[in-house]
Amino acid sequence: MTYFRRLAVNNWARKLTFFFILLAGWQGLVWIGWWPEFIFPSPLSVAQTLVRGFQNGSLIIGIVTSMERILIGFGISAVVGILLGLALGRIKLLDETVGSVVLGLQALPSICWLPLALIWFGLSETAILFVVVMGALLSVTLATEAGVKNTPPLYLRAARNLGARGWRLYWSVIFPAALPAIITGMKLGWSFAWRSLMAGELLYQGARIGLGNLLSMGRDLNDMSRVIAVMLVIIAIGLAVDRLIFSPIELRVRERWGLQG
Amino acid sequence: MKLEVRGVGKTYQTKAGALPALEPLDLDVQTGEFVCLLGPSGCGKSTLLNIVAGLDQPTRGEVRIDGQVVRRPGTDRVMIFQNAALFPWLNVIDNVEFGLRMAGKPKAERLETAQHFLRMVHLSDFESAFIHELSGGMRQRVALARALAIDPDVLLMDEPFGALDAQTRDLLHDELQTIWSDTRKTVLFVTHNVREAIVLGDRVVVLSARPGRIKKEFAINLPRPRQIESYAVVDLAREIMAVLRDTAMTGEQEMRQAALTHTLAAQIEEGMRGTFREVGDDVL
Repeated sequence: MTYFRRLAVNNWARKLTFFFILLAGWQGLVWIGWWPEFIFPSPLSVAQTLVRGFQNGSLIIGIVTSMERILIGFGISAVVGILLGLALGRIKLLDETVGSVVLGLQALPSICWLPLALIWFGLSETAILFVVVMGALLSVTLATEAGVKNTPPLYLRAARNLGARGWRLYWSVIFPAALPAIITGMKLGWSFAWRSLMAGELLYQGARIGLGNLLSMGRDLNDMSRVIAVMLVIIAIGLAVDRLIFSPIELRVRERWGLQG
Repeated sequence: MKLEVRGVGKTYQTKAGALPALEPLDLDVQTGEFVCLLGPSGCGKSTLLNIVAGLDQPTRGEVRIDGQVVRRPGTDRVMIFQNAALFPWLNVIDNVEFGLRMAGKPKAERLETAQHFLRMVHLSDFESAFIHELSGGMRQRVALARALAIDPDVLLMDEPFGALDAQTRDLLHDELQTIWSDTRKTVLFVTHNVREAIVLGDRVVVLSARPGRIKKEFAINLPRPRQIESYAVVDLAREIMAVLRDTAMTGEQEMRQAALTHTLAAQIEEGMRGTFREVGDDVL
């Protein structure tokens, strides 16, 4: 017990030390003064920009806007992706036709949809949402399809034996059996969606200001401390959602399903 | 409920040619009778059980239940698998209720029935436990309760205690005997454990190595409840062992068998995917 506690403390101590050295190195490079401060800001000025951003509300507006976009976009891709994946996993004809298209599109970074989306939907929220949806949709679809196809035959035999048939078999056995794969797909899809959203916001300035828009404003104003501050917020949100939402759910489901040692 | 197996045989078509898994055989099981199928691994005893369950099709012959030919799984025959096959996303009581829910029974009735059978297998305190929290023996008890809950006429048990430690197995033998005397289900029980077959069965049917054939039948007239270490059981076991040893394969046979089994396993897996598609066609 004490051994493990010491190990955990050491772990944290190591991490803290590493980040301290990282910050010190950064500050050191600033002091050497190869680049001017507006190109290579010090950690302190980034921190000040962060605080100012939260105080004057610009970062909060950015966070709210981006979160709203990703929640809607990711929500749509989760629902459509799961339904599409369930269908692809069960209907052979659909798998052979639509399935190959899905597989092909997976190779396309979703930001490549932006030019088309701008023409189709105009300079609007819809264009950004479309890019976000395309970012997550395919990985959720493919993971769901794989989960359905890999339903352990034993579950199906046991269920049929107990009188499960048709849609009942589908919803009571195949869907829950595929759930661990679906959650893993959603976790992956979330990170794709987050990247797509940032790329989309960087390239397209709309009426509303998201985090990606703030980033591109920072570039326009030659304000690199703002750019780095926004980058840190983007990293923090991406990590937080992964670590605080998806990973615990994934772990719990895998444990209950007997997939975790 | 009378179970009749008439000329049922199974041959797998493999790339290496036709592989007979089960020679055509006849078997009758009377209502309320406990019959143990005993044989070395790969003798087709599980295949026979799957055919009776309707989960697998025979290549010849037919299985009849009260004169009706079996073609698909039915809730009059429930299979209990070696690794319990419980659904990990459901807790214990929901697993036991599963068959009743599929039959569209109302909630109150489901709960009452499920609780009754959980009491029977001594798991009342574990209603809301999840499957990964249970030991192997507890899982088999839940599987038994889940099967009994839909009140089948025939219980098909496929080496249900094969993966358990000896102590747990003895305990479950006692419990199964009690439950069987209380419910008087017809049971077809597959095992490769001679003493287990003697302790549980009214009749022990010995199958030969692949392709499976009925080698000999033994009526077990010992008084119940039977204990696995009793002299009568051990004596009888010795006698049955001698017959069983006769069915064992020579080294060369075994090598050939291993090669064939390898091909077969791949094909069965393939076949299961087939079943899966079949289910899909059912759905849509």
